[in-house]
Amino acid sequence: MNEPIFEGLSLAEIREINAEMSHYENKTAVSIEALKIVQKHRRWVSDPCLIAVAELLDISPAQLEGVATFYNLIYRQPVGKTVIHYCNSVTCWMLGSDQVGESLCRHLNVELGEMSADGEYTILPIVCLGACDHAPVVMVGNELRLDITEDAVNGILGR
Amino acid sequence: MEIMDKPLTKNIRPDRAFATLADYESTGGYQGLRKALAELQPKDVQQWVKDAGLRGRGGAGFGTGLKWSLVPLDDLSQTRYLIANADEMEPGTFKDRMLLEQDPHQLIEGMIIAAYAIQANRAYIFLRGEYHVAKLRLEHALLEAKSKGYLGEHVLDSEFSLDIVLHTGAGRYICGEETALLNALEGKRATPRAKPPFPLVSGLWGKPTVVNNVETLCNVPHILNYGVEWYQGLARGVDKGTKLFGASGRVKNPGLWELPMGTPIREIIEQHAGGMRDGYKLRGFLPGGASTDFLLPEHLDMVMDFEAVAKAGSRMGTGVIIVLDDQTCPVKMVLNLEQFFAQESCGWCTPCRDGLPWTVALLKGIIAGKGRIEDLDTLAGLTRMLGPGNTFCALAPGAMEPLQSALKYFREDFERYIAMEPVQ
Repeated sequence: MNEPIFEGLSLAEIREINAEMSHYENKTAVSIEALKIVQKHRRWVSDPCLIAVAELLDISPAQLEGVATFYNLIYRQPVGKTVIHYCNSVTCWMLGSDQVGESLCRHLNVELGEMSADGEYTILPIVCLGACDHAPVVMVGNELRLDITEDAVNGILGR
Repeated sequence: MEIMDKPLTKNIRPDRAFATLADYESTGGYQGLRKALAELQPKDVQQWVKDAGLRGRGGAGFGTGLKWSLVPLDDLSQTRYLIANADEMEPGTFKDRMLLEQDPHQLIEGMIIAAYAIQANRAYIFLRGEYHVAKLRLEHALLEAKSKGYLGEHVLDSEFSLDIVLHTGAGRYICGEETALLNALEGKRATPRAKPPFPLVSGLWGKPTVVNNVETLCNVPHILNYGVEWYQGLARGVDKGTKLFGASGRVKNPGLWELPMGTPIREIIEQHAGGMRDGYKLRGFLPGGASTDFLLPEHLDMVMDFEAVAKAGSRMGTGVIIVLDDQTCPVKMVLNLEQFFAQESCGWCTPCRDGLPWTVALLKGIIAGKGRIEDLDTLAGLTRMLGPGNTFCALAPGAMEPLQSALKYFREDFERYIAMEPVQ
């Protein structure tokens, strides 16, 4: 079935990563897409997955680790089913993003970056989400939520 | 007529729905491309855009036609690339999001014309990973454009062929810097490259590459469709065309408006944004994003033109204004900005990697009441050491702009903290 060398990855992941290769001049260029594909399937990138992707792309694990840790949206530790990013850049900060972040953490009883006990959520700050006319804003998974208030925090967490 | 006054936003609807290919075509869409392919040589397209006076809308304001004309076209067998910089991440800026989400074909047509002008057969849209709605709509629009023969082999049965690939990033401010963007697209850490060689000669995978901002490219179809004279007539000031201007912060009606270049800042803040919220006064503003110098209420009558804003001691940047009200502490605001820049520094060069955390530490100390008056001299020294000429890219010099102007305009706020007893 699987070639043993890529045993950290599923066939679906390998297929999706290979499909990206036609868009670029070489395999290295697929690094970021590949890490995002792994994350789509597993929520985060574990050491065995990182090594398998590096082998698939013919680059060293150290080089890929340098890439993985560079980018804000690649997670090298487990995260909850839904990652909630709250914007903490200037306009959101001015209009209460600190309180939004604290409120989210308090409701879930977690620190930033920690997974909630039920495995549902991880809260992380993020830089400007480009919706400053509706500050403060948060991104729940892929979905942007605007004009966040204390009540909205309850709504986001489905309470 | 709306279409002629507001070319960039004529298809933008209040309900945030997006213009389909049919919608886009019904208001003159893809006519600029048809004209370019049927009547103009690549060099002619460059000349039109140069004559129109279009300057880059990403912040630096470099002449777009001039940029294109620096790409070597002598060897037509050589690979060349066009990249749309859709990595909008300048704090306080939300203009490209609207163009990407609500009128994706405008960008695609602009890209096809730009690629034709520099004879590139492969183009990339470098989209920030967080812009998920934009991703879905661009994917849809690219398929539509391909099905109608605007993309692929022999665009509109011409000799010109073009593929556009949508690349989504994984989040880092520095990816917006054009040479860092090239490294990101090559699957590497997004550290800037030393220049020269400039990307126009040696860019993506060592090939000549043009990187243009989304809003810049969105201007191009209209210049081709309606002509240079019409485009120049749109402006009220020295610079040409229209621009997306906006405002956020404690104004009554934060938002984004397409207005003529040369529109006074007072009009943007007082009329379009509705002035300050009740109970708040205007204390100052950053005219074009986090990396521009503060200006004061006395600068409100200044117009939004590249040179005019520079003369006042700031930059037009992205043209989206961040408003500072009288109840927000400017020192804490600067701390928020510097924390952003320190976090987003790629760590490649020493002034930025070490200087920005130092700046943050000094500001935190001052706010905690542990500052000394000499700290203000140290901060002023940092604004010089991290300034232009000492770093690989513009991140650290940009980070110093709000700091240096805050030290100038809000010095009493810094001094008040320093005079205070330490907190705890």
